[in-house]
Amino acid sequence: MAAVLKIENLFKSFKVGFIPKKREILKGVSLSVAAGEIFGYLGPNGAGKTTTLKCVLGLIFPDRGKIEIFGHPPLSAKGKEHVGYLPENPYFYDYLTAAEFLDFYARLFGLSKKDKVDKIATLLRLVGMEKARDLQLRKFSRGMLQRVGLAQALINDPALLFFDEPLGGLDPLGRKELRDIIVRLKQEGKTIFLSSHILQDIEMICDRVAIIVGGRVISQGSLQSLISERVLFTEVTLSGIDPADLVDLGEPVSTLGDRILLKVFQEDNIENLMALVHERRGRIHSLVPRTETLEDIFVEMVRQG
Amino acid sequence: MKIRAIALNTFKETIRDRILYLLFFFAAIALGFSRLLAVLTVGDRVKIIKDVGLASISIFGVLMAILIGTGLVYKEIDKKTIYTLLAKPIRRWQFLLGKFFGLVLTLFIMTLAMGLIFVIIVLLHTGKLDGRMLLAILFIFLELILITAVAILFSCFSTPILSSIFTLSFYLIGHLSWGLETLIQKTRPGTGRLALRGLSAILPDLENFNFKTEIVHGLAIDPRFYLFSALYGLVYTLFILALAVLIFKKRDFI
Repeated sequence: MAAVLKIENLFKSFKVGFIPKKREILKGVSLSVAAGEIFGYLGPNGAGKTTTLKCVLGLIFPDRGKIEIFGHPPLSAKGKEHVGYLPENPYFYDYLTAAEFLDFYARLFGLSKKDKVDKIATLLRLVGMEKARDLQLRKFSRGMLQRVGLAQALINDPALLFFDEPLGGLDPLGRKELRDIIVRLKQEGKTIFLSSHILQDIEMICDRVAIIVGGRVISQGSLQSLISERVLFTEVTLSGIDPADLVDLGEPVSTLGDRILLKVFQEDNIENLMALVHERRGRIHSLVPRTETLEDIFVEMVRQG
Repeated sequence: MKIRAIALNTFKETIRDRILYLLFFFAAIALGFSRLLAVLTVGDRVKIIKDVGLASISIFGVLMAILIGTGLVYKEIDKKTIYTLLAKPIRRWQFLLGKFFGLVLTLFIMTLAMGLIFVIIVLLHTGKLDGRMLLAILFIFLELILITAVAILFSCFSTPILSSIFTLSFYLIGHLSWGLETLIQKTRPGTGRLALRGLSAILPDLENFNFKTEIVHGLAIDPRFYLFSALYGLVYTLFILALAVLIFKKRDFI
């Protein structure tokens, strides 16, 4: 599929401090996002996720490198017509009500009066903020702001959406709702660029991911290609056994009362463990094989990076 | 269209700002005070009312322009509201002009309101309306437009407090720079005089907008001077706005 966003060899540095000292944030970021996919952009705090996004949206100017949104340079108004953006910790004009705020943003896209009214009503319903329609944004909680932020990002029915840590500040229910909305947007054919450090969310919904560490993309690809199905270890919870007898079989992680959580690394040892439990008349409460997760890969890469 | 949307939003922002009403409240008190001062004056009372009244409109208008104008752009960057705004298909100069026109609209309404109070007070006292007073108010408004542009220019790259100091300095220099002319005449011809001439060309001359003395004392004004002042205001404002756009265009929003 055609790339809607293409970043090639992006460099950005900032001058910090009283006596300006150059600090390089992006050191040659390259990635491409295909139409219709949910693209996860992962990285620890300070890796350069938000900086990349700001370069793409024309909020800051890269030192070097090339960015194309739908084949246009980032600063062109044309490229931005089909783009939506929800920043991290969104702050909006707190003197406006939710409806006024969306109306203002709708005007920037030149929506007709009727389209505007319909669109605002639909969006407020979508993000579950109908009741807060006439409430000033200063009275909103963080989660509510996040929802209104999502509504403003969708006001122009964008083909490409940028979400910067969209799930931060939301309660578990809010997270689930937002995840559902993101998946629905994908089904509508939109492309979604999701920057986050909450790995579970990315793992659940992303098609492809890029991992950025220290200003460099160190890995990029589909989730399946990154995560192997290999069983890393098996977590066993058991009781009625003396911990001393378990040392050879696995690594005890914790004990709660007489329950022991044990990490077993070799498959042979599981059979031995079960035989031991059977012999000593102990009990196995759970036995969970752990395959590799995005988190494992992430932690490993960050450590190496 | 986009500039209008931003201007209207800025208008809403500034008209809901409490500082504006505080300043307006004090302006109203100052205008009322001019009537009281007149009572205590020996001589032409109307002159005192007009003089103090016009000065109040000017000073409080300038304070409104500075205190609100210097925060306009800075607040957008500080509160990060500019992120989502500039991610929309807006050019940076459109954003800046929108902010400028929004505040100019607010100042227009405020000048109108203060002017109305002033005119009512004069009318109550004298029973007749001098059309030239309205002209004086109009030129005060032109000065406010220029001050707004300057406040926005500074707020593109510095904090509200510093910008306020800079803009206030611009205002004070602008009203005192005519003194340079006297200095030039007293300096011997040469490099020193040339340097002073250069300085006087660069420094703003806000006295161009000040018709208070002539109008209060009923002196004649050459109509060409009105035209010159209006043109001076227009060109200077455009120059400052162009400078602001140039600086703002290159800025990184961290």
